[in-house]
Formats: sequence, structure tokens, C-alpha cells
Amino acid sequence: MSDVYVIGIDMIKFGRFPEISVPKLGATAAHMALDDAGLTINDMQALYSGNLGQAAAMVGQRILGEIGQTGIPVVNCANACATGATAFREGWMSIKAGIYDTVLCVGTEQMGRGLLGGGGGGKKGIPTEGLLGSGTMPAVFAEAGMEHQRKYGTTFEQFAKVSVKNHHHSTMNPKAMYQIETPLETVVGSEMIAYPNTKLMCSVNVDGAAAAVICSEEKARQLGKMDRAVKVRASVLTSDPYQERNLQMPDVNTCTQRAAKAAYEMAGCGPEDIDLVELHDCFATAEILHYGNLGLGKAEDAGRMIDEGETALGGRVPVNVSGGLLSKGHPLGATGIANIYEVCTHLRGEADKRQVEGARIGLTHVIGLGSACAIHILEKTD
Amino acid sequence: MPTNAAEGGESQGLLPIVPFLKIPADGDPYIDGARCKSCSAVFVGERETCSSCGARDKLESIKLSNDGELYVFSIVFRSFPGIEVPYVSAVVDLEGGGTLKGNLIGVEPDPEKIKMGMPIEVVYEKAPRKDAEGNEYLTYYFRPKA
Repeated sequence: MSDVYVIGIDMIKFGRFPEISVPKLGATAAHMALDDAGLTINDMQALYSGNLGQAAAMVGQRILGEIGQTGIPVVNCANACATGATAFREGWMSIKAGIYDTVLCVGTEQMGRGLLGGGGGGKKGIPTEGLLGSGTMPAVFAEAGMEHQRKYGTTFEQFAKVSVKNHHHSTMNPKAMYQIETPLETVVGSEMIAYPNTKLMCSVNVDGAAAAVICSEEKARQLGKMDRAVKVRASVLTSDPYQERNLQMPDVNTCTQRAAKAAYEMAGCGPEDIDLVELHDCFATAEILHYGNLGLGKAEDAGRMIDEGETALGGRVPVNVSGGLLSKGHPLGATGIANIYEVCTHLRGEADKRQVEGARIGLTHVIGLGSACAIHILEKTD
Repeated sequence: MPTNAAEGGESQGLLPIVPFLKIPADGDPYIDGARCKSCSAVFVGERETCSSCGARDKLESIKLSNDGELYVFSIVFRSFPGIEVPYVSAVVDLEGGGTLKGNLIGVEPDPEKIKMGMPIEVVYEKAPRKDAEGNEYLTYYFRPKA
């Protein structure tokens, strides 16, 4: 089986673009990734498209309607917040299988404002939200964070420091939704949404798109693209196995731990070899959980890691130097590919002010609640 | 007694807020569950197949306990329009198996006042909401044990 390389990747600046259609957002990112690769849509053998909000509306084909209806196969993917990473992985598998040698992967999303999740009630009966607890995402991830507090004594301030760090990182990322320093007192003093998550500890609902051109090693060499190519050393997808509580309380930990173990095995490396991580900080509480889940440190040390700046730019293992979902923004279907873009940018040495110096290997992680976990390990090409 | 609202037949005529809340004609309301005879996993509500071991037709119907322990919680200050806040969203492990999600009542919405691991009981009360046809519902809450 051939190794798979990213030879073109890009994302649009995340923001709010209600006047632009979903296919148009995806088309813009697709053109940017094709330009980065120096190729055209005519060179693509298949399209893997990720979108959640219009999952039944053939977004991939509509993207081709914008950039070139070449008649290639299109697969539309929906996998909650792991949608973009799942589309990327479908493309990776097609090259691994030897079916194609060059494919395009696009993740796109247009978001409304406000709370996600919850509701309940359905067609009959009364809404259960606020009677049978909360199904809103801030509350669900607050409860996941409280489990960490229960086990390891993690504090509200430690959760809040994740947001301080990631907002600081985003001041160096022109493609992030926000570039605003938010000190600890601002984070803890912002509106409490679901304790311990304040408003500034919730990811930002934004519109966005990201795209990647990936190919086989033979094709990358034939095209003369190896100098900026990034090798995909591992691509793993898991769902959450049965746990005593996970039908009532979504488990984002076990599927991440299993995906991480499989990804390190596939890549033939360990967490000590990882130079930077883009992980799924949909809420500040979530980032803390994943330090242990990804093996970046012991679970009980996660609070200390954020206190001592181990996961800040310049620290032992920088996490979410893009600004993360907390400040770069979280367009659900685009996030998985945008994370891969961020890591590739560092491995190519093109991340400017936020560059992780000497980065050779990076890891991306997303969680789709329900649950799906996707991890990719990427390596610089010499 | 916190279960007063549901006793003495007062739960009769109310609809269950969720299908796994059972209101027998002659007895107290309870949370319906299922236990797998192959692997002993306990679930909330009826099931035909076990998601722990995959066994089919091995699930027996059981009544889940009204006694349990607070596993984790969040205090919700922002919800959807029309939903009264703040409230405490809680995950409770029931004695004998089964995990249930619901509102924790009878506590101040203050993280200092809510102890993870504290014993709670499941209580049944008329829900403060009606459906579009004016039907009334029975719901459950969690309450700290005295």
C-alpha cells in the first residue's frame, strides 16, 4: 500500500458569511487547495465532501457545480464534529486501497448562532430540556469536565486557562475568527453558560471551509511535489465502545484513548515524538480531558500542564496554536480539515509568528459527539 | 415526603414525560430498565439487544432503583427560550445499576453546595409544562437524601 501525502491544503478565514452559499464556501477552499498543489479540478479523480448542516443536500456535487463538473465520484460524509476528518480519511483510504492516486477532500459548514444540542420533546409530549437535565453542548461538556474534576481535582481556573491560552494563540493567526487577548479575569468573568463553562470557554459558531489535495507517493514524486508534501503517517477513526454511562452521558474519552493508541501504532511513534497538536477544544473543559487521552501527559497532571504552560506555544507540547475551536472558530464540517491545515502549515515551516520551531511530526484530533473520534498523525517530508 | 405529588393516585391521568417512566394503575411510578442475562449490563428503558455484549433476546425487564449517587453535574445558566434557568443538570448512578440524567432539585445552584458522590433519591412530580393539547405530564427529579 502506498503512503499518502498532502500536496495542497488551505482554509478560508473563518467568519460569518450568511450571504455566501455552502457550496460557494467549499468551492473557495477547494480552489485554494488546488492552487496550493498547483493542480486543477481536472486532475482530481474523486471528491470526498464533509458537511453536517446540509447532509442530505449533495453538497459535494454542488461544489463541483461551482468549480467543474468533471463527472468524478463524489462521497458526501456526515459524522458530527468529526465530519471533515472523516471525509479526509475516506480520501486517504481510497489512495491506500490503490483505487485512485489523487483526490480532493473538502469540509464546509455554515452555522447559525446560539446553543447546539438539547431540545427534546419531538413531535409528541413536552420538551425535556431543563426537566431531565440538559442536552445542550455546553452542559454536556461541562459534565465531562466535572468528571475530570471529580477524579483529579481539576479547578475552574485551570479549565479557564485553556481559553486564555488558545485566545492568545489566535492573535497570531490571521485566519482565526478572533485575534483578541482574553486574560483570565475576562474568561472567568464572562457570562456563565453551563458551569464550569463560561461564554469564552465555548467554541465559536462560525462559517468556514477547508480543503486538501492528497495523493500517492508515486504521484507526488511524478508531479515533483515532494518538497512541500506532508506524509500522512496515521489515520484512525473510532466510535465509543459500551460504557456503563455512555447512553446517558456521552463518552469522549474512551474513543479518543483507543484512537490515539491505534494512531501511534500505525505511525510507529509515541506521544513523546509529537511536536504540536490540534485537538478538539469545543469547550475549554474538553481540552483538559484530551491531554491524558492523547498521552501528552498523565490525566492527573492535566491541570498542572496548563498551569505551567506546557501546552502553550514555546512549551513542551504546544496545543491548539491556531487558536483552537475556542477562538479560530468551529464550523463543524470544516474543522477536521482545518486542523490538518494548521499542522501541515507548521510542518512546512510556513506558520509565521505562531510557528512551532523545528516541528517534524504533528497530531490532529476531532470528536463528533455521539461519538466519533478521528486522529491523524502527519510528518514533514525531508 | 417528596413523592407526595405522585402518591395517592395523583400520578393517574398524567402522561409519562419519557417512555421509560412507568405509571402503573395500582402502584407507585418507577423507572423501567433492562438487565442483560448474558453480561449483566443494565440499561434505562426497554431493550431487545444488549449494546454491551450484543446478545439478542437476553434482556429482562427490571424496575430501576430510586436510590443513587450523584456522579457529575453542571449548573445551566443559559438554555433555550422559555426554559427557566438556572437549573442543575445531573448524571446519577442508580443502586443496582443504570445511569440516569435529570434535574437535581432541592439544592442551591452553587458548585460549593453540590457534592459529587452524594446520595440522592429519584422523586416523581407533575411537570410544570403541558403539551399543545393541554395534557399534563409526570416527570422525575433527583433530590439529595436528608
